[in-house]
Order: sequence, then structure tokens, then C-alpha cells
Amino acid sequence: MLKTSKINLILFLVVIGIILVPLIFMGDSEFGGADGEAEGVILEIAPDYEPWAEPIWEPPSGEIESLLFSTQVAIGAGTIGYIIGMIREKKKIASNR
Amino acid sequence: MKKKNYLLLVVLLLLLSTPGVSHAMHIMEGFLPAKWAIFWAIVSLPFLIIGLRKINKVFKDDVNSKVLLGLAGGFVFVLSALKIPSVTGSCSHPTGVGLGAILFGPTIMTVVGTIVLLFQALLLAHGGLTTLGANVFSMAIVGPIVSYIIYKGLKKTQVNKSFTVFIAAAVGNLATYVVTATQLSVVFQDPVTGLMGSLAKFLSVFAVTQIPLAIVEGLLTAIIYNLLVEYNSRGVINVENI
Repeated sequence: MLKTSKINLILFLVVIGIILVPLIFMGDSEFGGADGEAEGVILEIAPDYEPWAEPIWEPPSGEIESLLFSTQVAIGAGTIGYIIGMIREKKKIASNR
Repeated sequence: MKKKNYLLLVVLLLLLSTPGVSHAMHIMEGFLPAKWAIFWAIVSLPFLIIGLRKINKVFKDDVNSKVLLGLAGGFVFVLSALKIPSVTGSCSHPTGVGLGAILFGPTIMTVVGTIVLLFQALLLAHGGLTTLGANVFSMAIVGPIVSYIIYKGLKKTQVNKSFTVFIAAAVGNLATYVVTATQLSVVFQDPVTGLMGSLAKFLSVFAVTQIPLAIVEGLLTAIIYNLLVEYNSRGVINVENI
């Protein structure tokens, strides 16, 4: 039986592999958003459709947008790191007893 | 013919002049007619209310469940912000709701998913307020329910537990995008091929892009699950549903 950490490492490497494959083999693609493409399909099917609402606020630039997206990741990753760390410490304290 | 070319030019200009308005997968602001926006909001509301009640119970519960809920919530935050390139040459993102659905049941993830969708609609112009109900239904209701049912179903069998989690999260993720494609094709039916024609088009945009990402989501969910199983077996954390 493999150790959990080893299995997880393998799984993680597979994740990285899946992400890298399109970047390496399809380097000339645009890699735009899938919902942007859906918008294209909508305009193709119903060219007269007018979106009746606009986002209340839009990030003024791609930089600000990536700032906000990374903030979202930071909040999530910080939480996960804190909790996993807490559980690990509990484990250490428990085993030292 | 001339008119068509002109239209194409306008569309192209519009697309060029609004770069980065929308990325990834949710239905964009204003892209569902009002009656559909209201319909999906009404459909989603009961799930949200049940979820809120359940979350209240979790908060009254021991520290242990709160910790796990924090973990599941953090997981959704991270995964739904990671826009990952796919083999179709476009990007989309995982949802991350599978983990929480397995640990807490689907409706609690409706609440967590709604929070993330609100964050993205208000601050990132990603998804939207008028389409919130529809997006909640696909990502925070159907996705988690599918994950939950698959996990419950396979749990009793001999299938490897990590693999069960992988399948549950991956298929739940795919289900989200199938629902999104369906929601769009009901509204935007192809004038020639009708509902099925539209569905094929939207599915080809969303679902094919999503397959590798569903696998990524399944693997990442399995990684966290493996960690929890190990901590659970050592008695440092108590996970009931594992």
C-alpha cells in the first residue's frame, strides 16, 4: 500500500500534466474564456439579442481583474493552509503525549 | 449579403472593443431574458434556504465540523478562480463544490457556491446578478447533488474510496456545464435546428472544454479527501461521512 503523501504527489503531478499539455501542444491558441465563446454562439443563433443588463462594476483593466482573482485564491488557499496546518499540529501534539 | 457583412463587422468590433469582459463559464450578465432570470432565481431559492438552515446547525455544532466547512469553502474559492487552459484552446475553471457536497451534503454547498458566485458577479463582472439564479442552479445545486448521489451510491460498493471521490467530483463538475449549456439552449434555440441544434453548439463550447478540467477537479478533490482520510484514521479529526 502506497503512503497517502506519495499517492497525493502522483495525483498532483497528473494535474500539472493535464494543465501543461494544451499549453505545450496548442501554444498558438488564444485560450480565451469558454463563456466568451458561448456569447459568440448566442450572437450567431440570435443576432438581435440585446443583453438587458450590464455588470454594475467591471474591473478597469486585466491587471485589476487578475488582482481580484488572486485575492479570491489567496482567501481560499490561506484558509486551506491554516486548517490543514492546524490539523497537522493537532496530530503532532497528540502523538507527543 | 451586404447587411450580413456589416453585421459581422459590428460583432467583430464589439468583440474586439470589449476584451476580457467575460471569462470561463457562467452565464453572463443580461444574457438570460427577465422571465428566465426570475424562473431560475425562484427554483434556486428553496435550496439556498435549506442550505442556510443546515449551515446554522453546523455552526452550532462542534469545532470539528466548522473546521471542515472552512476547508470545503476555501476549496471552492481556490478552484473557482483558477482558469485553466483546455485542449479546445480556451479556458474555463473548476467549481470545487464536490468536496463539500461529499462532506456535508449538497444544500450546504448551495450557500457556499452562491457566496462565490456573488463575489465574482459583483467584483469581477463574471457571471451576473440577473443570471445569478441560473448560475447557482447549475454550479451550486445540480453539481453538488450529482456529486453527492454518485458518492453515496459508490460508497457502499467495493470501488476504491479515492476513486469514488474522483468520479463524484469530476462528473458533478461536468453536470454543471451540461446544465449551463441546457439553460442557454432553451432560451437561444437555433432557428434551423431548434433546441437540439443549440444544445449541441453550447455543449461543444462548454462540455468539451470542461472534460480535462473535470478530471483536474476530481484529482484535486481526491487529494484533499486522501489527506482527510489519513487524519481521520489517526484520530486528529473526526469526519463522519468518510
